[in-house]
Amino acid sequence: MQQYLFLIPVLPLAGFLLLALAGKTMSKRAIAFTGTGSVCVAALIAILLCTDYLSGNSGNAVYIQSLWQWFQTAELAVGLTLRVDALSLVFIFIITFVGALIHVFASAYMRADRDYARFFACMNLFVASMLVLVMADNLVLLYLGWEGVGMCSYLLIGFWYETAANCRAANKAFIITRIGDTALIIGIFLLFRELGSLQIPAILDQAPQRFSSGSGAITTIALLLLAGGMGKSAQVPLQTWLPDAMAGPTPVSALIHAATMVTAGVYLIARMHTIFLLSPLAMTVTAAIGSITLIVAGCSAMVQTDIKRILAYSTISQIGYMFLALGVGAWSAAIFHFFTHAFFKALLFLAAGVVIEYLHHEQDIFRMGGLKKQLPLVYYCFLAGAGSLAAVPLISAGFYSKDAILWYAYSAAGGNAIFWIAGLVGAFITAFYSARLVVVVFWGDRKTPVGSPPGRTMTIPLVILAFLSITAGFIEWPHNLLNVHLFSEWLGTVLPATSLRGGHPPEFILQIVAVVITLSGICTGYYLYFRNTAVLAQWKSSRFPAAAREFFFSGWKFDALYNHLVVRPFLFLTGINKRDVFDRLSDGIVTFSKQFNRSLSFSQNGSLRWYVAGVLIGILFIITIQLIL
Amino acid sequence: MMPVHANTVLIVAAVLFLLGLVGVLTRKNILFMLLSIEIMLNAAGLAFVAAGSKWQQPDGQVMFLFILAMAAAEVSVALALVLQIYHQYKTLDVDALKELRDK
Repeated sequence: MQQYLFLIPVLPLAGFLLLALAGKTMSKRAIAFTGTGSVCVAALIAILLCTDYLSGNSGNAVYIQSLWQWFQTAELAVGLTLRVDALSLVFIFIITFVGALIHVFASAYMRADRDYARFFACMNLFVASMLVLVMADNLVLLYLGWEGVGMCSYLLIGFWYETAANCRAANKAFIITRIGDTALIIGIFLLFRELGSLQIPAILDQAPQRFSSGSGAITTIALLLLAGGMGKSAQVPLQTWLPDAMAGPTPVSALIHAATMVTAGVYLIARMHTIFLLSPLAMTVTAAIGSITLIVAGCSAMVQTDIKRILAYSTISQIGYMFLALGVGAWSAAIFHFFTHAFFKALLFLAAGVVIEYLHHEQDIFRMGGLKKQLPLVYYCFLAGAGSLAAVPLISAGFYSKDAILWYAYSAAGGNAIFWIAGLVGAFITAFYSARLVVVVFWGDRKTPVGSPPGRTMTIPLVILAFLSITAGFIEWPHNLLNVHLFSEWLGTVLPATSLRGGHPPEFILQIVAVVITLSGICTGYYLYFRNTAVLAQWKSSRFPAAAREFFFSGWKFDALYNHLVVRPFLFLTGINKRDVFDRLSDGIVTFSKQFNRSLSFSQNGSLRWYVAGVLIGILFIITIQLIL
Repeated sequence: MMPVHANTVLIVAAVLFLLGLVGVLTRKNILFMLLSIEIMLNAAGLAFVAAGSKWQQPDGQVMFLFILAMAAAEVSVALALVLQIYHQYKTLDVDALKELRDK
């Protein structure tokens, strides 16, 4: 299998090249075949790789394939080397498999778009970049993928570039993630200065010998890497770009802004776990940022009315859970939540896309409703996704991953009661807005005229994802229920096991609390939005809840804050510095050449006698010079 | 016949040349400017002949023959141009012919 490793990123890349160069001349069928086929074949190879990994040598199996030397200087040699271990395999599987399903869905969803080829070219390039990111053997190659996915995200958010708001959203996403990217590259530079190597295995090997635990250097590096992850993964305070990123087509939101790219930060931290383990401060900061984010974004998701923005805030909140898990040292729980989240959030986005398309591009959930009868299949798929998001006990994948995170938030070595309570509040909020989504969108009366129902190309990916949203959790059970820990065993070769602290209550009690909280969240949503909507109407009219709703609706006023703190002062400075010294320099060249031209133009007056006089003066000048010298 | 000193002849040539030059610069009619150019050519030829006689070399007179031939060719081309100018503009005043000035 090892020699076929390169095919996984190269196939989507080839698809991109073909579509980018020849897309204009291809028929829609050929475009869909190329764009979808390349990712599907990559997914097949990835699945073969997984089975090979499982069956063959299940020990410390690491696939390495060195393609060629990228560049080499005196101290630094960077190779295009792919390195796949258990952690990378999880990501590769999700990227190619969920990516392939979303591509299939998009081939039907985007059919009417006139830039069909450009869409698939960008999507394929994204898949290729993301695969490079997770397969990279060194940090430079990882950074290449990191920037590649950022660029594709930019291109696809601004896919419908004729609307100015979409371009602004794309710019916002690019600029805000750039803050994180800059921190990341500085972190990489520092790592190279300290360790003299950028090979990820070498860094992980040498770091414990080179740094003492909690030293300033390692904390700085860990915090810079964390900042990079926060930018890409939309964590507070760099989260404001993700809700606006919903301006892109819905399959883009599903693939890039829910399932894969936004979890690049989670991958980075899990990949560099040794660095983080050496810095307790950075771990605590990671967990704190995760728990703040999951509550901040959850509160915003509760009051949004645009279905895609609800899902966007929910994504931020769920990634907050992953960061919380990483911060308390529950590595495999974080990756497990990434695994289940990819299925159910991609499902929710795709189902939302179907609903939006079915209602003629209506995104306001309060203008939807009554779709349960019209779209029963989509309804049940959405129900599976929402149930998984809300973490309905035992029958949803989300329950297993979220339960693990909540358990470790309290009982892991880095955990404490505050993180646990934050996670519980988040669980309540998540259950509440999941119930709200289902009730408002699918129940009640129909409010908007409907279009034609979705075709089979769109529903089959939904069904597969719905099936996985229910069953994907069964591979990892809580310790006290069933002794099935396939996922953490799978990751055990790469990530250290989570160490527990002493003096925690039995797991059973915490689980009961979490289940009760989740169910009460669902019931609250059901009660407020279906049984007794009068309560809500009463809240809307009274002052304090209305103000709170407005505050949450605007995303905790982060946008306004940044507008006042950064954007306005910057625009003011550029305004007063409009004619700076460099402008004057270039202006000076223009003025000089204009003046010079005018004086030369004066001598060209068309009078023959002037020219003769000019020739005479020239001759006299030359003769005089000859005589003098 | 009294031998003429070379310097005297050169002075005459210089006077002739200056006359021609002043003619080119001050005349407005193209035909007179052409005549003045012929005078300047002859001044140059006279200077060659004087120099040749001073150093007892035939080169001076050879050069004069060349100048004569060149002058004849030049006049034929120039007169053809003058005819065309007159044909198109109905004037031979150079001050009126300023088509090529830069605006």
